[in-house]
Amino acid sequence: MMNALHADAGPTPPPVLEMRALEREFTRKPVLAERLLGLLGRQIDIPVLKAVRSVDLSVHEGEVLGLVGESGCGKSTLGRMLTGITSPSRGELDYNGKPVTELSGQALRDFTLDVQMIFQDPYASLNPRQKVGDILAEPLRVHRITRSETETRKRVDEALREVGLDVSYRDRYPHQFSGGQRQRIGIARALIVEPRFLVCDEPIAALDVSIQAQVINLFLDLRRRRNLTYLFISHDLSVVRHIADRVAIMYLGQIVELAPAARLFAEPAHPYTRTLLEQIPSVRNRKRKFHAVKGEIPSPLKPPSGCAFHPRCAFATDRCRAEAPLPRDLTETHRVSCHLFDNN
Amino acid sequence: MTGQDKTIPVLEIRGLQTVFHDAQGAWPAINGLDLTLHKGEVLGLVGESGSGKSVAGFSVLGLIDPPGEITNGEVLFNGRDLRKLDEESLRQLRGASLSMIFQDPLTTLNPVLTIGEQMVEAIAEHTRGATPDLRRRCAEGLARVGITSPAERLDQYPHELSGGMRQRVVIAIAMLNRPDLIIADEPTTALDVTIQGQIIAEMQELQRESGAALIWITHDLGVVAELADRIAVMYAGDIVETGSTDDVLDRPRHPYTRGLLNSVPGDTAAGEPLRQIEGSAPPLSRRPAGCPFSPRCDRASDMCLDQPPPPEADANGRVWRCYHPLPEEEAA
Ligand SMILES: Nc1ncnc2c1ncn2[C@@H]1O[C@H](COP(=O)(O)OP(=O)(O)OP(=O)(O)O)[C@@H](O)[C@H]1O
Ligand SMILES: Nc1ncnc2c1ncn2[C@@H]1O[C@H](COP(=O)(O)OP(=O)(O)OP(=O)(O)O)[C@@H](O)[C@H]1O
Ligand code: SF4
Ligand code: SF4
Ligand SMILES: [Mg+2]
Ligand SMILES: [Mg+2]
Repeated sequence: MMNALHADAGPTPPPVLEMRALEREFTRKPVLAERLLGLLGRQIDIPVLKAVRSVDLSVHEGEVLGLVGESGCGKSTLGRMLTGITSPSRGELDYNGKPVTELSGQALRDFTLDVQMIFQDPYASLNPRQKVGDILAEPLRVHRITRSETETRKRVDEALREVGLDVSYRDRYPHQFSGGQRQRIGIARALIVEPRFLVCDEPIAALDVSIQAQVINLFLDLRRRRNLTYLFISHDLSVVRHIADRVAIMYLGQIVELAPAARLFAEPAHPYTRTLLEQIPSVRNRKRKFHAVKGEIPSPLKPPSGCAFHPRCAFATDRCRAEAPLPRDLTETHRVSCHLFDNN
Repeated sequence: MTGQDKTIPVLEIRGLQTVFHDAQGAWPAINGLDLTLHKGEVLGLVGESGSGKSVAGFSVLGLIDPPGEITNGEVLFNGRDLRKLDEESLRQLRGASLSMIFQDPLTTLNPVLTIGEQMVEAIAEHTRGATPDLRRRCAEGLARVGITSPAERLDQYPHELSGGMRQRVVIAIAMLNRPDLIIADEPTTALDVTIQGQIIAEMQELQRESGAALIWITHDLGVVAELADRIAVMYAGDIVETGSTDDVLDRPRHPYTRGLLNSVPGDTAAGEPLRQIEGSAPPLSRRPAGCPFSPRCDRASDMCLDQPPPPEADANGRVWRCYHPLPEEEAA
């Protein structure tokens, strides 16, 4: 493995965050007619959407864990649960060995500051009526991290520079920025409190390659300097390959494959992972024919029976249609959920 | 490729300039833009964050609010100058024969209306039909962009969808009325490759059927490489290079284009710093006097600091703005 920090990583560092059978469902409130039926004692059938289904995953100190998967598979929901913004429907989440639900006082304060999120949609996450300088200064003031206004100002300017924005932008409002500039404000806001764990939800999607490079270099540098740990959500496999130590592949709410990045890209096991890797667009691979996705994309409102990937899988058998595969360890660090590997 | 006659111009932009005013003055965000787009053609508009791509798109549609102002130029759409149209005729065009997919899906979607309500409204403005029929068309539109259980999704609110689904809803809305021109601003940034492929396939289908022209604004050179007929590279409000996709990507003439191509991850070992173009783009108010790229350019000479370089063209229709272009034979 090429990632310098972890090449000869001796004993695995302790998990910073550990998820056990973590789940999240969404339902809607019953509409009037349904409530009336309910009052009459009738069974009412409100659809339940399982966004995250039984995820077991730990993130170790100082690592970059890439999380990859199709749109709508539950990545943001998982990320939001890790930061405490969304509460799990079931399952457990530990921070530094302690259940998050039991944190209080100083420990809870540490958790809220230590674990930060860069949101997928920068527009929605920035207060439109606040100037950027105040957006960035707010957590410093609220949590009394800085001791004087001069210090706050210095930190704000530093944060802007780190993400390649001019310090004069302090006095502007979010709508006065380009898409990529706004995304960088979101990054600066997450970094300014010096977190220990960062959930990056498509952090560089709206950035051009040069600024992407700058932000990725910043992330790598922060890991080197401060041993920052990352959950890095991205659909861009070439970026994930570059930055991640391990990669988790998510499909319809479940982790279907988990492996060190180098191994995953060299020897992908799950048929879904293999499909993903075949389709990386590149400057060299020009004028590819585009196809509609083969097979029906399953809906989390009506998940397929058995293996969720079976309607699109070229290797699907009757067993796949009936029985959900359990996770198997191919090696100590490579885990996959697919019946093809049941005998190994 | 699409069987359409790619010689009839759909959009001709000449000398378009848009400025933002502040207490210190008026600062151009796009600075005399010239572009022509033909029927059925796909133009990839690429460039650094803040280079003016979105402002260019807004300006074509006349969607610039104060303190911004379009100060100069013509925008001919099917021969009519959009800048001379009144607000009502412009509104009629937008969403019907001319549509834009905005970079921030949440700015287009109304948070208090369901997806279905918004989509039906978008069609009903331009066609008549009974609501159930319109709803069926909307559900089909969602299915085309890979959204499953579309009928159920129509009853959800924007915040109940994932980021990529919201982006796809906006794309579906833009395609509903089969426009002649779609300006798509980073339409697939948050989408994975499979869904991206599906959407591009749908767009190409629309182009084949109705000869729609497409401006695809993106920072993702991989996507334009596959999709675009031509590429225009923007830097600090100027188009610094245009040409066929192959010419621009394989044989860039402008130093900035080459810098962009060099920062694509892929050649650098995992975990190692990526190559980035040194420095960052200046704010609008501190645009250099000469070539806007000069502070970051390793080929800059005194001449570059003095006067902005004029456009130069070759026989293949490639245009660049640089005093010291990369030699023609140098491949990327
Ligand atoms: N309302 C505004 N007021 C002041 N400046 C603005 C406003 N909107 C945009 N700008 C500035 O105009 C420049 C061009 O912005 P634009 O949104 O076109 O960039 P872009 O090329 O689309 O970038 P990105 O890839 O980051 O979306 C930026 O420097 C931006 O800060
Ligand atoms: N507040 C909510 N109410 C109802 N459903 C929700 C809510 N938030 C998310 N969902 C649903 O949960 C599923 C997973 O959404 P999530 O945002 O986690 O996907 P994602 O993997 O981040 O996708 P993308 O790549 O498109 O951002 C989707 O079907 C979505 O509609
Ligand atoms: S379990 Fe069966 S359907 Fe699922 S990925 Fe494996 S082979 Fe394909
Ligand atoms: S004109 Fe000069 S400064 Fe500008 S890109 Fe060309 S060489 Fe560089
Ligand atoms: Mg998401
Ligand atoms: Mg933009």
